[in-house]
Amino acid sequence: MITLNGIHKSFGNNQVLRGVDLHVPTSESMVIIGGSGTGKSVTIKTVLGLVEPDRGKIEVDGQNVAKADRDAFLARFGMLFQGGALFDSLPVWQNVAFRLMRGALKKPKDEARTIAIEKLRRVGLKEDVADRFPAELSGGMQKRVGLARAIAAEPEIIFFDEPTTGLDPIMSGVINDLIREIVVEMGATTMTITHDMTSVRTIADRVAMLHDGVIQWTGRLDEMDTANDLYLQQFIHGRAEGPIEAVR
Amino acid sequence: MTGVLAFLASIGRVILGLLASVGRVTLFALETISHILRPPFYWREFGQALVQIGWLSLPVVGLTALFTGGALALQIYAGGARFSAEAVVPSIVAIGMVRELGPVLGGLMVAARVASSIAAEIGTMKVTEQIDALVTLSTHPMKYLTVPRVLAATLAVPVLVAVGDSIGIFGGYLVGVTRLEFNAAAYLKNTVDFLEFWDVGSGLVKGAVFGFLIALMGCYFGMQSGRGAQGVGRATKSAVVAASVLILASNYVLTEVFFAA
Repeated sequence: MITLNGIHKSFGNNQVLRGVDLHVPTSESMVIIGGSGTGKSVTIKTVLGLVEPDRGKIEVDGQNVAKADRDAFLARFGMLFQGGALFDSLPVWQNVAFRLMRGALKKPKDEARTIAIEKLRRVGLKEDVADRFPAELSGGMQKRVGLARAIAAEPEIIFFDEPTTGLDPIMSGVINDLIREIVVEMGATTMTITHDMTSVRTIADRVAMLHDGVIQWTGRLDEMDTANDLYLQQFIHGRAEGPIEAVR
Repeated sequence: MTGVLAFLASIGRVILGLLASVGRVTLFALETISHILRPPFYWREFGQALVQIGWLSLPVVGLTALFTGGALALQIYAGGARFSAEAVVPSIVAIGMVRELGPVLGGLMVAARVASSIAAEIGTMKVTEQIDALVTLSTHPMKYLTVPRVLAATLAVPVLVAVGDSIGIFGGYLVGVTRLEFNAAAYLKNTVDFLEFWDVGSGLVKGAVFGFLIALMGCYFGMQSGRGAQGVGRATKSAVVAASVLILASNYVLTEVFFAA
């Protein structure tokens, strides 16, 4: 269970988060939607400690993340970055097995490679991809490798940052289905950031809309279409007219 | 009056900015040293850095030293001829190379090649979120990226300087024997007789300091890189400029420390 209470964050004069309150139940898939630049990525980065909030408290299973042992805390997480964030200097299998080759989860090299290949298969990639470098892969393949890396150590909590950005509709569908299958199969708690309403409808158990630095609306996926919130309705239907200014 | 105050305020802002930068670099250097002393240590990354910084810089350092040694022999011969002191060419070439030109020119060439490449690589990793990815994979970026590079450069540059010194002296020897009609055996004897251990040792210590500064600047500016191609470009340029200036400044300080009367 992830709980954010009154999270504030500004960068210089730009107040990005103005008191975000959010609750993500264990083993549920929370999708955060919202316009560009509304602080969705900053929100998940505050949970991981990549961005330090100015104010507010974040708890994971009742433990204050600011006081947690960093290595043990991060060992519970997996993350798929927007651009994949694969390490250019390492072959694909070492990217996937990165966590398994270092630190507390270190395994023998052969075992780490076997697990990496198994995870690559899980995301629909063949073994021959394992020894290639990220730069040799297409955008869709890089996303899948990123997904394989995120699940390699079987984390309890997984974050997905814009998992379908830059992909064609078919590849987006493949990634959405993979994420949903993996989430159900692993029973992980997940937070996904996306603009893509197809992703929302495929991945989400719950949806939260971030607008103007606060959670504008949150509820179950099946409540989203009938919710009486003008901001949410404008966003999910992609209307230029409404309370959200089109030019930001 | 207002104009004077505005002028003084702008000078003050520049000085404060400079002091803040010095403070940030100093803290970065101290943090790097503290991580060098604490496990874990990434040997594979260290080995790769050693090859990248040391082995692959050999051609550029060697060529620089060869031509510098040759030109130095010609200059000293021409200058020495004015007061009939042509015979000092071998000893001055050797002392000049091992004390000053070997470490400084070698350091500057490595700075151009290595500080830029480190800053560009780490800067690109930053803008593509690879450094954030490292953190989420429970790997400290300072330990994984900075420590292996700084340690490798600190160890590799003195070796490069030693090789550069030898090649530079050889360049002087080639010019001395082929162009200036020195006797080969006498040239070598003069070179060896006048060189003292500390002439070579001081150059190697300089090399270690320069190596530390080169990698530190590459890593620091890479980690501070702004967004996009422009941010990475600016980080790369700043790393090379800062490393070069620090090499020249620290060279003066070290020369004062080692050889001041």
